[in-house]
This record gives sequence, C-alpha cells and structure tokens, in this order.
Amino acid sequence: MTQTNGAPRSFQEIILRLQNYWAAKGCAVMQPYDMEVGAGTFHPATTLRSLGTKAWAAAYVQPSRRPTDGRYGENPNRLQHYYQYQVLIKPSPPNLQELYLGSLEAIGVDMAMHDIRFVEDDWESPTLGAWGLGWEVWCDGMEVSQFTYFQQVGGHDCHPVSGELTYGLERLAMYVLGVDHVMDMPYNDPDALIPLSYGDVFKQTEEEYARWNFDVANTEVLLRHFEEAEAECAAILAQEHQDPKTGKRIIMAHPAYDQCIKASHIFNLLDARGVISVTERQAYIGRVRALAKQCADAFVLTEAGGHVAETAA
Amino acid sequence: MPDLLIELFSEEIPARMQARAAEDLKKRVTDGLVEAGLTYAGAAALSTPRRLTLAVDGLLAESPTIREERKGPKVGAPDKAIEGFLRGAGLTRDQLEERETPKGAVYFAMIEKPGRAAAEIIAEVLEDCIRTFPWPKSMRWGAGSLRWVRPLHSILCILSDEAGTSVVDLDIDGIKSGSSTRGHRFMAPEEITVTGFDDYAAKLKRAFVVLDPAERQAAIWQEASNQAFANGLDVVEDKGLLAEVAGLVEWPVVLMGAIDEEFLELPPEVLQTSMKEHQKFFSVKNPKTGRIERFITVANRETADNGATILAGNQKVLSARLADAKFFWENDLRTARSEAGMSAWVENLGNVTFHNKLGTQAARIDRIAALAREIAPVVGADADLAEQSARVAKADLSSEMVYEFPELQGLMGRYYAEAAGLPQEVANACEQHYSPLGPGDDVPSEPVSVAVALADKLDTLTGFWAIDEKPTGSKDPYALRRAALGVIRLVLENDVRVELLALFAPCWKHHFFDVSAFWEKACRNASDDELRNSEFCAGMFNAGWQEALKQRPRLKEIDEKTEAIRTEFRVGKNTALDACLKTQAELESHFGPDLLSFFHDRLKVFLRDQGIRHDVIDACIAMDGSDDLTLLVKRARALEDFMKTEDGTNLLQGFKRANNILSQAEEKDGVEYSYGADRKFAENDSETALFDALAAGGDAISPAIEAEDFAAAMRGMAALRAPIDAFFEAVQVNAENEIVRRNRLNLLNQIRQVCGQVADLTKVEG
Repeated sequence: MTQTNGAPRSFQEIILRLQNYWAAKGCAVMQPYDMEVGAGTFHPATTLRSLGTKAWAAAYVQPSRRPTDGRYGENPNRLQHYYQYQVLIKPSPPNLQELYLGSLEAIGVDMAMHDIRFVEDDWESPTLGAWGLGWEVWCDGMEVSQFTYFQQVGGHDCHPVSGELTYGLERLAMYVLGVDHVMDMPYNDPDALIPLSYGDVFKQTEEEYARWNFDVANTEVLLRHFEEAEAECAAILAQEHQDPKTGKRIIMAHPAYDQCIKASHIFNLLDARGVISVTERQAYIGRVRALAKQCADAFVLTEAGGHVAETAA
Repeated sequence: MPDLLIELFSEEIPARMQARAAEDLKKRVTDGLVEAGLTYAGAAALSTPRRLTLAVDGLLAESPTIREERKGPKVGAPDKAIEGFLRGAGLTRDQLEERETPKGAVYFAMIEKPGRAAAEIIAEVLEDCIRTFPWPKSMRWGAGSLRWVRPLHSILCILSDEAGTSVVDLDIDGIKSGSSTRGHRFMAPEEITVTGFDDYAAKLKRAFVVLDPAERQAAIWQEASNQAFANGLDVVEDKGLLAEVAGLVEWPVVLMGAIDEEFLELPPEVLQTSMKEHQKFFSVKNPKTGRIERFITVANRETADNGATILAGNQKVLSARLADAKFFWENDLRTARSEAGMSAWVENLGNVTFHNKLGTQAARIDRIAALAREIAPVVGADADLAEQSARVAKADLSSEMVYEFPELQGLMGRYYAEAAGLPQEVANACEQHYSPLGPGDDVPSEPVSVAVALADKLDTLTGFWAIDEKPTGSKDPYALRRAALGVIRLVLENDVRVELLALFAPCWKHHFFDVSAFWEKACRNASDDELRNSEFCAGMFNAGWQEALKQRPRLKEIDEKTEAIRTEFRVGKNTALDACLKTQAELESHFGPDLLSFFHDRLKVFLRDQGIRHDVIDACIAMDGSDDLTLLVKRARALEDFMKTEDGTNLLQGFKRANNILSQAEEKDGVEYSYGADRKFAENDSETALFDALAAGGDAISPAIEAEDFAAAMRGMAALRAPIDAFFEAVQVNAENEIVRRNRLNLLNQIRQVCGQVADLTKVEG
C-alpha cells in the first residue's frame, strides 16, 4: 500500500504519488523519453499519440531542458534542467477537471483550505505547429499546472481531442513542501539514512550546463547538427513505405520525429548561445515546425496513427 | 404567460468573454423567438465563470396563427404557372379560390400558418444559438464535434407558469436539457433542481454562487474598500481589473495582505503592474505617502481558517514576483547611473528591428531626433533638449523592466532618466512622448515633450505611408489612426502653428535613407526571379529603383548610389542628396497630399464629435493652407458659429445667388470671368452701390482675414447681401450689351472672391 494520506515529505514522494494516482486512473505510466526535449509535450507519447483516431492514456515524468533559463543554480525558481509531469488522455474524458483536482489532493493539497482557479491560458507551440485551449491552474495565486484541450498538432486537427495536463514539478513541489529555494527542497525523505536535497543532486549540474549552454557549446558544430537532423528527417520520410527487406509496410515516423526533437533542442541551444537574431529566430522555428508537420503527416499513416490496413484484393 | 429560464453550464469561461457571451445569448435567443412570433415582456442575461444564464419573462405560450392571402395567376393561365404557384403556396388546386378582378378571373390562395407551442420554438432557437454561437475562440473536446468556448456540460431549459414547470426538451450531441444545475465547484458541487428563475437564483446563492456579475463586482469593491478604509488606506480603482476578477469567481472572498517591506521602495507603478498582470491583485495605497503598501486578492471560496492559508500562499507568490521586479529595477538603475548611462540601451536598439523596411529602433531614433530638432522652434522648445530627449526617449525599451512589463514603457524611461541625472524636461519627455494614446488621454504641454511626441508620431505615419502600409477598412495594425489623432490633438491643444506638409518633408528624406538600406540588402539577398517579380519591387521608391532592381548586372550601380547617398547624408550635405534623388521628390509629391488627406479625415471625425458639421469642415479644408491644422480649425469654428446666425444666412444666400448665376454663365460661355469689373460701366444706382459696397467691404475684410479674425471678416461679407439683393432686383445680369454683361459677370466674380476668403462656401449646405 502506498501512503497517500497527509502531506508528502519530499520531491520524489510527490512524483511517486502522481505516478500512483494516474496509474490508478488507468493511464499507462510511461518513462521519460530518452532524448533532450524542452517540455513533456515533445515526448512522442504526447505529440504523436495525440494524432489519429486511436484512444490513448499516458502519464510520465519528462526531464526538460531550457538552456536560456539557466542561472547557475542560483535563482530560487529557474533551472535549465527541470521535470515536468505530463498526462495525456484521448479522447478527453468529461470529468478531466475532477480527475485533475483529485491529483492535487493526492499530493496533499487540501481543497477545503486552498483556492483553486482555472484561469484562461491558450497554449500554442509554434515549433510543433500545435495549439489548444485551456487554462493555467492557480493554487492560491500560483500557477501549478497547464490544462489544455489539443485542437491541432503538427498542423492536423485533433479528432478526437486529447486532454493534456502538465505539472511543473519543482514549482508545485516547492509549494506543497513549503520551500523557498529549489536547491533547498528535500529530494528524498528528510529522515532517510542519507537525506539529499535537490541542490545535492542538481546544483553542480546546473552550474556545468549553464556554463556550457551560454559560453562553450560549439555553435558551428550545433549549426551543422541542426542541418544534419533536418536532412536526416527528410531522408527517413522519403523512404518507400514498404520495407524492401521484410516486405512489410513500415513508415518510420518515430525515427524521423527523433530528428525533429534533435533539431528543436539544438535550436534552443543556439538561442542560448545568442547566435540567432530576431529575424532568423522565426525562420528556425519555421524549419522545426516543418519537420514536426512532416512527422505528423507520416504518423497518421501508421497503425498507431489510426491507419487501417487495406484488405488484400 | 410562461417564463423561460436557460442556463448553459460549462467548464471555466475566460473572464474577458463572459459579459459579451451573456449579451450574445440574450440577443440571439430573443431575436430568434421574436422572429418565430414569440414576443416577451422582458429578458435578462447573467454570467459566472461556469454558466451563462438567460431569463425571459412573459413569453407567449404559443406563436400566433398567421393567415396570408396570396394572389396567383389568371384563371386559364398555363398549367405550369399554376403548378408553380401551388408549389410555392403549399396547396392543391381545389384549395384555390377564383375571384373576379378588373383584369379578369384570378386564382387566390389562402395560406394559414398555424401557431406553434413555445417549447418547440425555444428548442429550435436554442439549438441553433448553441451551434452557431459567436465565441471569439471556440474548441472541440472528447470525441464530439460540438464547439463551445470550453467543454459544455449541461443545459438547463425550463418553461414555468402558474400550472408548474416543464423542461424544454433538447438534445445537442448527447447533452440533454433538464431542470437542474450545480452549485459552487468546491463548496456545493451537488445537483440542484429548480422551478424558475427566482428559485434558481435563490438556490444558487445558498450553493455559494452569486449569479449577477454586477453584484459580484459591487460586493468585491465594497468589501475591498471597507478593509482598506479600516486601515486608513485606499484601494486603487481599476474597473477593468474589477470586471476581470469578478469573472474568475462565483463566490468572491476579499482578502487583504501586506507587501514585504523590502519591496515598498519600488516605483508604485511597478508594484501595481506586477500585482495586476501576474496576480490580478488590487493595489492598496497609503493616501498620506502615495505608496502602495498592501494588496487585495479575491478568492473563490471560504475556508475554515478564514482564508489565512490562501493569503499566505498569495503573499509568497507575490514576493517571488516582486523579487524579480526588484532585481530588474536595481539592474536597470545600475545601468542608468553608469558612465554610459542610457546610451548603452540605445546602442542595443540597433539590434532591434522596428519594421524590416523601416530599419531598426536605433535608426528610428536617429530620425525622430533629427525631426524633433526641426520641430523644436515651432513649439517653442529648446532644440538641443528636444534632440537629447528624442535620443533617450525609447532607451527604456532595452531595460529589463520594460522587457518584462512592456506597458511600463515611457514611465520607466522617466525614472531612469531621472536616475541618470538628465534634465527634468528630458525625463518628462521620456514618459510623455507616447501621449496622447487615446481620445481621453492627456496631451503633453511642455514644449520639449510636445516636440518629441510630434516627431515620434510623424515619423511613424510618414514611414508607413512611404512603404505603403496604410490603414485599410478596419485594419490598422500600426495604430496609424491613433497616431494621426495624437498629432491633431498635440497641435490643436497647444495652439501650434505649423504647416504639416513642411514637417513631412524632412521625414521623407529620412525614410528614404533607411528604406534604401532595406532595398539594398533585399536586393543583395534576392534571387534573380525575385528581382524580376514586380511585387517584390513594388515597395516605395519603385519608380526609380524598380528599373535598377530588375537586372542583376546593375546591382553594383545601386550599391554605389546607395553608398553615395549614405555618405552625403551622414555628413549632412543635403544638396547632393536632393540632386540625385528624383524619387524622393516623387515620394513627397505622391504621399504628402495623400497623408494630409488622411489627417483631414481624422480631423473631420474629431471635429464632428465636437459638433462641427462635416460640410463646414469640408469648406475650410478646401482653402489654401489647410495643412495648418490650428488655422483650419479656427476657420471651421468661426464658420460653424457664424452659420448659426442671421448674418450667416445672409452671407451664404448672397454668395450663392451671385455664384450660381456666375457659374451658369461661365459654363455656358466656357470661360472664367475673373477680370476686374469696372465701375464706369455701371448703368444704375444699385450697380454702383454694389461696386462701392464691395470696395468698402474689401477694405474691412482683408485686415480681418490678415488678423485671422474670421468672424469679423464674415460679418463684412454678410453686409454685402443687401446690395447684392438690390443689384439683382434692379439689373438684368445678362444684358444685351455684351460689354455690360461681361462687366456684371466680372462684378459677380468679385463677390465670389471676396466671400471665398474664409471658406469655400460652395461646399456649405443650406
């Protein structure tokens, strides 16, 4: 039995409670995607699975990287590497708001004592060619989650519509645990044999990455990688649908999408290095979006994307 | 007569959309009902974050039966015609009536549309309303295809009268209508069944929902004021915020909290903006010090600890936000007080594009600074101060605070200019040069601020004119109408005497340079195909540049020419620039009058709101010097007032009589009678009297015009009516003697000339 009563005592306990809660609600609890992404939305379990007609329900933690937000671990709220908790359910169930509120209770937010509000916030991802309507959820004036009904992803209208929940885990946990500086937050139980704070785990990496992101990353190499990822994505998608070796119909939407993720992250790094001008910025975003769209086009032709194999004549 | 109650219950509706949506619901439903024949006594629309409610009183129980008589074809007309008529009427031939008319026997149809029950009509109207509701943005959810602002959960739709309550049956994509709703999301989420509006409103209140947004607003304001007053403080009024906050709660609970001591030194505007934008807090001010010391937040529920936990949470979030603001403020102050001061920010604006064809913000600042210098003497400002102000006025756009809170632009400029130790006029201009922003906004009056404000707006207007991005219809993405109105109000309210065309002239020159730079770059990066594409080239200066751009081999030539222009212009030898830029002159003659007429259009709207007739304005715009707006308005006001007097009628009638006859003769003869008339050809007393009156009048009128005393001038003109009338009474203008006739026509022309000195009276109605 998992202990879910009373206040959680650590960052990891909050994550574990969310995992248990959404598992109990029927989500496939997935693991983080093994690539660098800017947000949980980039995980193919969200981006690609929100496309097509097949039902889907997944929940997972996703480490997310935003190089420009690096502050060498000194800012109480800003990190270049942080965790998002992501839930995606398709079609969005009618009681999604209640399910969401239940998850807050599961991590120790007492609905009778706090003021929870759904404040308009329309979500748009120019790099993914995606948008949706929803809210930011406020708890006592603090934004604790994004709540979005996807309307379009990769340029495709979503039918059915997915409901997406994104929790900024550090911020939410700091609030629940009553911590003012992220580095002071207990990572594991404060009474553990070896109690570790968030800073024990991440302070040094924040410093290392901030230095690399801002000053050291080789921009020429990054620019080349961007072009290569772009080219590789196109090359993958240009392949025949029928695999000449196995004779099977294999559309490589996911490998192509990996290249899209790669390009997106490289763009973020270049942005942090300050080598992208305002005008170029739009152009780069447009290039990543073009990749995302092509991957979306490919995914809806796959079985997971709802494609029904034609019966042999 | 039954009453109708409708409630559309959904997930949280954006606050900014609620009021409009409630009105749309009322309009669409009541219009639909009336169109179907269901009249009603009254209707009211209400909203909360989760519901739109419509109550309609005294509705007809059914629509009236409508009888209509329709005349058809003649008896014996071809079958086709008769069949067509029957189809249209929905009848068979034996139901037609034959009637004798003066034109013979004709078929008549009596069509009866039976009345329909209210419920049936309501169901149709409401379904149509829901399916076509004009949300600014709507969405789908789940597996359905219905669109609403957020997922729609239930529809309450009941008709009630003395006999009882009945549900109006409705099923929209599986959402069935009923007679129940739910209370507050957290405090009373259970289902509630209601029998009519009064019952509904009362039960909702018991379930912690205040249905009426006005009531929520009033309650919030009342409670906030009370709490502030009890501490000797005032809530800073903000109607927009109040409406928004009332749209975020169903059960408002007002909580007041303190701001940490360490943030109280921040400028009050920064505190206020940060609290409002991020947290939707009201600011609470100490009336003695003017400082903002506390905040008010509005929660959506009561708690066992009377909101203590909620307030503590809000306070914590606010401190984090203000820590950011303080960080920005201190960093910015450090920059402003550094040796380089605000110029470091200005330099940075060289990397910020204002508009791709109009160059960077830094280029724009150069243009505005040069223009402000030129304007300075006109508005009585020191030219050096005006230029200095223009150079730093937009520096704050690079500051961290303005990056975070764009709405603080200008204001932060003032604070930072003061911190940098710049003259007070300069600091003031930083803040005021954006004004006036709207019709109700104050107009700056300090000369330096006026000069920079005018330069800023004129640069924007001429710039977008030069690249042909004028407002069209409802589209005005660069707010050029507002800029023009700003110029108009700056000029009029400060009594500035300047010819706008003369102010435009240096602007075209400045833009020419920056736009050339754009073309130069565009040209260099363009493919051959693009260069051949006329759309690509059809920017500004197209006449001269297009030719050059069409062919690659001539590209070098363009580079050289642009380079030459730049060199000459930078060192200020305008002669060379003027000589080589034929296109610039084209620009001036092409866009100048067009932009001026845009100003005239804005001025018409502005003056019409002040009660000046459009024909009066047109009559004054037609005069020379109409680019001097102060003079133009002076004329218009004098003319407007004068036209309301008896003298005004005299002037107009006298003038029109003379002008009509003269114009007819001119049209007939194909000549213009503009030779001076000679008194010696006068044949009778009335004629000589008119000569004398014109001479005497002219003597009085000219000095008055000179002194811009238009009322006196017009009084002089009005005095001509009697001699004019007597003249027409006594003489025949079209005399047999050609010399006499011509002389009289020339005399009429003299009247036209004299009376046309204030305004073009042919344009005045009446």
